[in-house]
Amino acid sequence: MNLTARDRALRGESRWGTAALGIVTWLVAALFFFPVFWMVLNSFKTELVANAKPVLFFEPTLERWQAVTEETRGLLSFSEAFSNSFFIVIVSTLIVLLLAIPAAYALSIYPIKGWRDVLFFFISTKFLPIVAAILPLWIIARDLGLLNTSQVLIILYTAMNLPLAIWMLRSFFGEVPRELIEAAQMDGTGLYGQIKDVMLPIVAPGIAATALLCFIFAWNEFFLAVQLNPVDSSTVPVWVSTNVTTRGNFMAKISAASTLAVLPVVIAGWLAQKRMIRGLSMGAIK
Amino acid sequence: MADPGAERAAAIKAFQRRDAWRRRLPLLPALLFTILVTQVPFIFNIAFSLLDWKIVPPRGPDFVGLENFLEGYSNTFFLNAVTISVFMTAAAVLLSVLVGTALALLLDRQFFGRGIARTLLITPFLIMPVVAGLLWKNQMFSSTFGVLNAVIEAFGLDAIPFVERYPFWSIVVVLVWQWSPFMMLIILAGLQGQPTDILEAARVDRASGRAIFAQLTLPMLRPYLELGIVLGSIYLLQVFDHIEVMTGGGPGSTNVPYFVYQRSIGGGWDFGQASAYAIIVVIASMIIATFALRVLSSLFQRQEPV
Repeated sequence: MNLTARDRALRGESRWGTAALGIVTWLVAALFFFPVFWMVLNSFKTELVANAKPVLFFEPTLERWQAVTEETRGLLSFSEAFSNSFFIVIVSTLIVLLLAIPAAYALSIYPIKGWRDVLFFFISTKFLPIVAAILPLWIIARDLGLLNTSQVLIILYTAMNLPLAIWMLRSFFGEVPRELIEAAQMDGTGLYGQIKDVMLPIVAPGIAATALLCFIFAWNEFFLAVQLNPVDSSTVPVWVSTNVTTRGNFMAKISAASTLAVLPVVIAGWLAQKRMIRGLSMGAIK
Repeated sequence: MADPGAERAAAIKAFQRRDAWRRRLPLLPALLFTILVTQVPFIFNIAFSLLDWKIVPPRGPDFVGLENFLEGYSNTFFLNAVTISVFMTAAAVLLSVLVGTALALLLDRQFFGRGIARTLLITPFLIMPVVAGLLWKNQMFSSTFGVLNAVIEAFGLDAIPFVERYPFWSIVVVLVWQWSPFMMLIILAGLQGQPTDILEAARVDRASGRAIFAQLTLPMLRPYLELGIVLGSIYLLQVFDHIEVMTGGGPGSTNVPYFVYQRSIGGGWDFGQASAYAIIVVIASMIIATFALRVLSSLFQRQEPV
């Protein structure tokens, strides 16, 4: 949409005012992004250059990227951490969808009695501090032999993301026009057919946005991972933190590790930014 | 003598009951899973909180009743952690909402490269908290390698060891850096949902920009601001990762989650006492949650009756 001079006059803005605000926005955006830019920049430095007064210009090297992906015996390696993370996060997100889609259906299309209370119960579990549960979880996991396994994180990440997923999906299901469902019923389409042919095509973008948000929160989760699964089968955040604690403060190497660690989520978030926020705000407001 | 009317009513009732269960059925797996994973640990917690049970050095478990709770209420370290939790959450949420609103207003106009500017602005929210904490501590705040201090020294001033001197505000800065973009996205959704005809009418009537913002935009944004505050509080009350990597729970930065962690599997190994603290935290959270859910509920009331 191009604003005409009249539109701008109506908005009480001059052409120069608009341009100036655009430049301000650009500067603020650059400022917000700067720490991330700096981290990526540092990952191309040698340790000698990185662990000194900050400099902007230097001879870039890939040496620290190689170092960080090398395997050290007895320590969680880059490739292990990434494959563990992808496995745990993808499986838990799939289980979340498997549980949340039917639940959201029951809470929206033909909502059951007291659907508000049920929805609030789910949301209220998000208010319970995870640290307050960590001790019993640790003891239960230990007694069930689940400490240091992928399973324990899959179960807990599913529980962590389920309320948000139900909340978002409910609003997406609410967008399916009732007439479409009723028309399908009149044509004698069964429940399975109604869901598959009528609702899923409409809800699919919402399901994708929900899955993405679950992916982000599970990928970035550190506390449960480091408490319940700190060693062999652990995830990327734990791998990043071991780069600090066990190998000294190597700024360039940590920067390379950090850049790798955030890459999947940053790319996914960039691609789906509009959809993600629509899902989140619709969850409560529409 | 059979009463056909009563028989029919009974049949309808039975059908309705079956139908109600049929409709509840899809909900049950999610409900059972959530109750099992989130509620059962708390039942254990209640039991543990009544015990004198320490792992290092080994002691108990012996039943001591409410002793752990009485100790908990008077423990100054705990009360300190409560204060820090309240102020950290309040500061981070309010500042994020303010900064996020400003960012959203800046983005809510046409200018060159708007999509790219928005993409740059949301990036902090996507960064893993552990990475965000480390990045700010070592590469921004550090008095030897930090960019902020390089700028300060370029002006001829002395470097400030931010994290060591101002642990609380250093953590809040990182939290605001990560959560303003989230608030920005929510508020942006609100701004873009404004009915344009009303805004046009106000402009045609020559209402000032400030009047339009105060009397039209702000009231329309209210549900979005409330949503941002509630969601932000849910996540920011539980901050752990930033504290762990930035200060390790040093003075002035231990919030309640970190405190409970330190007392239990984070080194204290005092299971009974830690469980009592956890229960106190849960009760406090429930009070906050009731309040927050009332806000959410008012958001739901505004939508169409189902």
